[in-house]
Amino acid sequence: MTGTPTLTPAPQPLLIVDDLSVHRGAAKILDRVKLTVEKGETLALVGESGAGKSTIATALMGLLSGAKVEGHAELEGTGDLLSLPSKQLVKLRGQRISMIFQDAGAALNPAYTVGRQLISALRRNLGLSRRDARARAVDLFSSVGINDAEARLSAFPHQLSGGMQQRVMVAIALACNPDLLLADEPTSALDVTIQAQIVRLILSQTRARGASCIFVLHDLALASQSCDRIVVLYAGQVVECGPARDVLERHRHPYTRQLKSCVLEIGRQDLEAPEGTVPSHDSMPPGCRFATRCPRALPRCAAEMPPLTPASDDRDGASDHAFACWNPE
Amino acid sequence: MTRTRSEPLRDKPAANTPVFELIDVEKTFQVPKPGRRFSRETVGLKALDGVRLRINDGASLALVGESGSGKSTLLRVLLGLDAPTDGRANYRGRPISDVRSKGTEFARDVALVYQDARGSLDPRMTVGALIAEPLRHFGIVSREEEPARVAQLLDRVGLPVDSAQRYPSGLSGGQVRRVAIARALASEPSVLVADEAVSGLDVSTQAQLLTLLRGLQQDMGLTLVFITHDLGVASYLCEKIAIMYLGRIVETGATNDVLAAPAHPYSAALRAAAPRFFEPLPEPLPGEIPSPLDLPKGCRFSTRCPSVKGDCRTRDPYLAQHGVGRSVACLHPLSDGEGLPLVSDADMSSPAAADIQNQTDTPLSRD
Ligand SMILES: Nc1ncnc2c1ncn2[C@@H]1O[C@H](COP(=O)(O)OP(=O)(O)OP(=O)(O)O)[C@@H](O)[C@H]1O
Ligand SMILES: Nc1ncnc2c1ncn2[C@@H]1O[C@H](COP(=O)(O)OP(=O)(O)O)[C@@H](O)[C@H]1O
Ligand code: SF4
Ligand code: SF4
Ligand SMILES: [Mg+2]
Ligand SMILES: [Mg+2]
Repeated sequence: MTGTPTLTPAPQPLLIVDDLSVHRGAAKILDRVKLTVEKGETLALVGESGAGKSTIATALMGLLSGAKVEGHAELEGTGDLLSLPSKQLVKLRGQRISMIFQDAGAALNPAYTVGRQLISALRRNLGLSRRDARARAVDLFSSVGINDAEARLSAFPHQLSGGMQQRVMVAIALACNPDLLLADEPTSALDVTIQAQIVRLILSQTRARGASCIFVLHDLALASQSCDRIVVLYAGQVVECGPARDVLERHRHPYTRQLKSCVLEIGRQDLEAPEGTVPSHDSMPPGCRFATRCPRALPRCAAEMPPLTPASDDRDGASDHAFACWNPE
Repeated sequence: MTRTRSEPLRDKPAANTPVFELIDVEKTFQVPKPGRRFSRETVGLKALDGVRLRINDGASLALVGESGSGKSTLLRVLLGLDAPTDGRANYRGRPISDVRSKGTEFARDVALVYQDARGSLDPRMTVGALIAEPLRHFGIVSREEEPARVAQLLDRVGLPVDSAQRYPSGLSGGQVRRVAIARALASEPSVLVADEAVSGLDVSTQAQLLTLLRGLQQDMGLTLVFITHDLGVASYLCEKIAIMYLGRIVETGATNDVLAAPAHPYSAALRAAAPRFFEPLPEPLPGEIPSPLDLPKGCRFSTRCPSVKGDCRTRDPYLAQHGVGRSVACLHPLSDGEGLPLVSDADMSSPAAADIQNQTDTPLSRD
């Protein structure tokens, strides 16, 4: 994380997001978010509804409308995504970054066959001929586990199940061999057995291509199973980040504990519900945004904003575990 | 396998009559023939197919299964909103359609929390008016006592008393669901039926609602029927579980027993797919859930089942007893012992498989 720049090991990260803020009217819905995505890694964004996970992904795609965006997002070899002219951004979206949404049914165009949508993405982004694009489309469909790929190309989205639609979305997102895939809760609308298929598919396909992935997730246990590093967001701020094990097993921020304590693993009977809710944007405390619910709050917490601080638990200084709290665990 | 179940009906007939009993319930919808959306030709879609279930007073039952497996339809049958096309559906020993048509007692006793809590609440009414509505409809309290009862119900579901003046649009998702629960409790029901009442919520909001529901169930002795696709939620909230696949209950029993050692390969797959901290991602089940209009021959799970055998493609297993208090609809159930949910090598001559064949046509409720 940028909180510990000197500790970052040698290879250059794929993406460095620095002080990304997003305003909608008077509300600051993202507040100076910092995060780093290494090459080939999977990063999880976790946090409650409204924490700003989708806003980060949409801002990186340049698809945020009606909002004021500040800060930098350096994509290796390209420069600052947040200040690119829109024409270049469109090109970039086809070629280096792509996104998978929660609701594949809504993201696909109902008026065209899925084959036509995939083929036109291939032709537009890779400049392939119609024939080559079609051959490539069949390959892609097979690689995302769509049987009978030839026939499925001529299906309309509504003729496919939710799981199939999400496979099509994965195929379209991978069409241009992106360096960075943004997946915004791509499985939360799907049945559990289909969820497992899609998560594995996204991971295997990005790994096979050496691409990096930002995975927006609700489920901490699933994050631990599928991601290298985790960023925990609360009310638009990064409150803790680092390697998955550090964040989940050696967490320092009280909110990370709260999130973890709410995960209902099978057989668990001792659930204790946390108090309160996330403050609304018009009543955000000036200091730590978690202060209204935090069992460890000190007098200074509500007034002074805690900075992102490196966790000194690092075994050899190589980890980039950091947290923002005045009274960490 | 011996039939070890006691015969409670003979001992104490009145006290042991289940709240709900479904005997071979079938529900067929007429839907347009696939590929012919504009013709009048229809085919029957069996949303429920031979469902047997009993729910005792004070029990908590989780209904689990993939979308389209028939959970909501089963709930609608319990509530009398859909009549079975075949079989019997009883409430305290009488046909649900009968009790529903005779007065408001059934509607008062069996309350529902909808899947879409926000959609079920009139946005033009205040929270107070929304909760007062069932109080008035069922004549629970006098007009003078209404505000106090509304306040009491709000408190019961953990909402501040001043929320009575607010409108649903100004409430968060978690708060809206609390209002829906308060409304359901207003008629002083003994049965609470909920369809995905906590899904799509944050873990912390979900935890708040689950502790609330568990408290209500324990304090008020409510009978709870809870649809969820989350096995963690099922195991926290419900003592019993019924796992559905394509219109059938494929396994049922005590939640802990079923989840500790699933006997049906589909239950085992659901169990394996549930996320667990730092475990490797499990090998997912292959394929999609088949269309209910085009069911596979034999066992309906045979197209995806990791332990499928030759006979599975020709013989359709019925729900039959499998150990104490458990039933499973599978020709080759996985070991239900303490061991791993291994694929059993049981062939057709194994005692378990033979037993199921013999029981194929024995309704569970009579064993
Ligand atoms: N179009 C919009 N107009 C106004 N406010 C918005 C808009 N989109 C998002 N917000 C606000 O921005 C904040 C962050 O929203 P965002 O969608 O990024 O959250 P999220 O973490 O993705 O949540 P979820 O888990 O519910 O998807 C929230 O307070 C939300 O209400
Ligand atoms: N009113 C209806 N008309 C036609 N088909 C229906 C109707 N209600 C449900 N179905 C079908 O019945 C099956 C079971 O549906 P449902 O009970 O809603 O499942 P679940 O709640 O488990 O997702 C599905 O195939 C569904 O499409
Ligand atoms: S800074 Fe204070 S209020 Fe915020 S999480 Fe830390 S202890 Fe709690
Ligand atoms: S009957 Fe056969 S196909 Fe069906 S669940 Fe059992 S083993 Fe699998
Ligand atoms: Mg989102
Ligand atoms: Mg349903």
